[in-house]
Amino acid sequence: MVSPSSEPNELKLTGAESDVVLLAKQITKVFPGILALDQVDFKVYGGKVNVLIGENGAGKSTLMKILAGVEQPTAGELVLDGHRVSFKNTREAARLGIGIIYQELNLFPNLTIAENMFAAREVTKNGVVQHREQEELARKVLGRLEQPLDPRTLVSDLRMGQQQIVEIAKALSRDVRILIMDEPTSALTGTETEALFRIIRELTAHGVAIVYISHKLEELLRIGDYVTVLRDGKLAAHARAQDVNVTWIIEKMVGRTVRAPSRHNRFHESATGAPMLKVDVLSLPRAGSGFTLENVNFTLNKGEILAIYGLMGAGRTELFECLMGLHPEATGSVYLNGTLLGDATIAERIEQGITLVPEDRQRLGLVQQLTVGQNLTLASLRRHLTWFWLSDRRENESVSAIIRELGIKTRAASAPVTALSGGNQQKVVVAKSLLTKPQILLLDEPTRGIDVGAKAEIFQIINRLAEQGLAILFVSSELPEVLAVPDRILVLSKGKVTGEFTHDDVTEEKLVRAASALQQTDHPTDREQSTILQTT
Amino acid sequence: MSSAVSSIPQTRKQTGASIGLVLFRLRAFIALLVLIGIFSFLTPSFFTRDNLIILVGQTAINALMAIGMTFVILTGGIDLSVGSIVGLAAMASGLLINRGVELPPLGVVVYFNIPAIIFLVLCLGTLVGALNGILVTRFSVAPFIATLGTLYVARGFAQLSNDGATFPNLVGKPELGNTGFPTLGADTIAGIPIVIWIMGVFTAIGWFTAAKTPFGRQVYAVGGNERAAELSGISVNFIKMAVYMISGLCSAMTGLITASQLVAAHPAIGESYELNAIAAVVLGGSSLSGGRGTVWGTLVGALVIGVLSNGLVLLGVQEFWKKVITGLVIILAVVLDQLQARFQQRLALRSA
Repeated sequence: MVSPSSEPNELKLTGAESDVVLLAKQITKVFPGILALDQVDFKVYGGKVNVLIGENGAGKSTLMKILAGVEQPTAGELVLDGHRVSFKNTREAARLGIGIIYQELNLFPNLTIAENMFAAREVTKNGVVQHREQEELARKVLGRLEQPLDPRTLVSDLRMGQQQIVEIAKALSRDVRILIMDEPTSALTGTETEALFRIIRELTAHGVAIVYISHKLEELLRIGDYVTVLRDGKLAAHARAQDVNVTWIIEKMVGRTVRAPSRHNRFHESATGAPMLKVDVLSLPRAGSGFTLENVNFTLNKGEILAIYGLMGAGRTELFECLMGLHPEATGSVYLNGTLLGDATIAERIEQGITLVPEDRQRLGLVQQLTVGQNLTLASLRRHLTWFWLSDRRENESVSAIIRELGIKTRAASAPVTALSGGNQQKVVVAKSLLTKPQILLLDEPTRGIDVGAKAEIFQIINRLAEQGLAILFVSSELPEVLAVPDRILVLSKGKVTGEFTHDDVTEEKLVRAASALQQTDHPTDREQSTILQTT
Repeated sequence: MSSAVSSIPQTRKQTGASIGLVLFRLRAFIALLVLIGIFSFLTPSFFTRDNLIILVGQTAINALMAIGMTFVILTGGIDLSVGSIVGLAAMASGLLINRGVELPPLGVVVYFNIPAIIFLVLCLGTLVGALNGILVTRFSVAPFIATLGTLYVARGFAQLSNDGATFPNLVGKPELGNTGFPTLGADTIAGIPIVIWIMGVFTAIGWFTAAKTPFGRQVYAVGGNERAAELSGISVNFIKMAVYMISGLCSAMTGLITASQLVAAHPAIGESYELNAIAAVVLGGSSLSGGRGTVWGTLVGALVIGVLSNGLVLLGVQEFWKKVITGLVIILAVVLDQLQARFQQRLALRSA
């Protein structure tokens, strides 16, 4: 599986075997249609920071949920202190000292910090909640975290980073032996991160095992003791942090096999005439201060595929939202075929040939109550009229043609859209956009949550559309896709363009370095947090 | 996912399930037929031409409001103000017929003819609907609250219009050219009351709008998934505005008919009608969370309530028991609705 040269000796690790407090053995997890984890072994060492890393969809979150009792493995077993255990739910895991801090915050905004920390296990006396006592306890934990927050503050009044601190404090206020942290620093400022690291060091010194998940590679190597890399639901590598470096991690994460289909040879009119889309000093101010997008400039030509790569919260989704006119507060200019789009509505933009396939197809792409056919024509109803009513004939023609063209597997056009598999639902969303006869197609994470076969099909479709002259802009956080498919890649970090590469001169390392440039500078916004919420 | 080997038995099972599903979907209609059957069997006076005309005429009032309400509920909203709009419309028609519109600077009183009055009153209802729409879209007030407020405001104006008194005897005066108002509620065309014709026309237009026009499809989309609808280029605010205006228009029509039938306008006309309208919509299979329902279903729902009410009276069932039974029927309908949703979900999972 891995080459001996880059692999630190496994034997070195066996010496510490007695320190393993929690062992996941041959864990397999199957979701309908997806093999999320495939016989994965994972060791959690006591008093150490155990880093878990992998691309989106590699199975990190699933593994973590199994450790915390949220999900149950299809096969395999968990061994805690040498005893076989199984958790039906998080409460059982919590009783055995396993705590988890989710990436998406699980706080009640309408309650105070103290009430949140003691939710469902309130300190009571004769059935009456002892608020003062709770607040005192909360204050102590917050003090340990070097956060002088008033425990009586409502969580809704806190900044995102502070809410993250409360989430951490909540976990710490219980007696945890194993603490799982899913991207705990994604919403923290530099100083808050430093404080968190001190806390982690303090916890490990007291023998608490930390399972740490993050996309920030430098950070992982700084804080981590052991590194486990997952790829495509399989264990890709396991090593001591001191023996490895960023390049090694990237290599293991990406693997040698590239899953996405190769780039087709295309003729695109980059040299001839004006670009189809021109984005000029686009900035999106964020509530409070600073920018979600800052001075973004780029062009897109007819028949070209341009990928936007960046970490979560880099501003990728917001860029697309600006292009669709969802942010009237954005400044700068967007030109479509030389015409300024200005404050055109979404309908007008669709009319002019720009259309979006959103990231979250359940929440933003599909109307679940409608049939496959009704979803397909939703954005192009005007094209299917006789006089002023909808023509069944016209609708049926378009629908059956596009179903055939994209190979959407459905029983009938009248089937409920919810009956389709994830990949086919995604094709429906793409097809809905195509029926508007666009010139520019914006795809936000078009392959999220669909299986490998469907991913390949989606990219075949994208390649074919580009050959037909469409300009395609897609966002992806999957390196193989970004490396293989587009003609050009634009890297965003913290709302700024931090790199631009052509297909021929791009490497994984260049991409990852550009994407993590400017990271850990300041705290992100609520908007970014909501992006984080969407993705899980 | 399904292999060729297993496809044959699976298909058979699926058709069986789909037939079950179709019957399940038509349950309101089946319930209507069953009720008609039961009442025809129990009392000979039920299934007579005269009684059926009375029954449908009574139903028409509720059906009209419920058709407007269907559009609102399809977008995931609710309109509690319909009953008050009925009252306001009735009082407005009474005011216009008996008292006219005074123009103080000229010192004259203008009387309109009946078609003009009908038009003005319909405009008034639409306007109140537009007010609901503005509150819901521009000011993001929850539909329940916005229309609850309008419920009080419209009822208040209905009472203010004549200091809480009734406008009696709305026959108009020949010299003012405003006679003929009672025709609307009392006359027949081809032996069928005008009221029933109006219900038929409203149902047909409502069905066509919901099922066959882009507007209708967009109403379903907004109710099903507002964000997805917006990203598909649908003007969500326009759709929401429009459905409340439709609801206001339908309620104003109901108010006109009621006043015409009574040949009088009382400020309490239409009190608690909103609940009957919502009940009809729900019985007809619409989901209060939006995105699901049909105008035909609503008509059937209104007829179920009408038949139940009429039949129970003929059977001599006490008014109080009538209420209990109606309530139980509504609850049963919603429980069945939940069961259908679960059943459909299972079916969808199996066929995936």
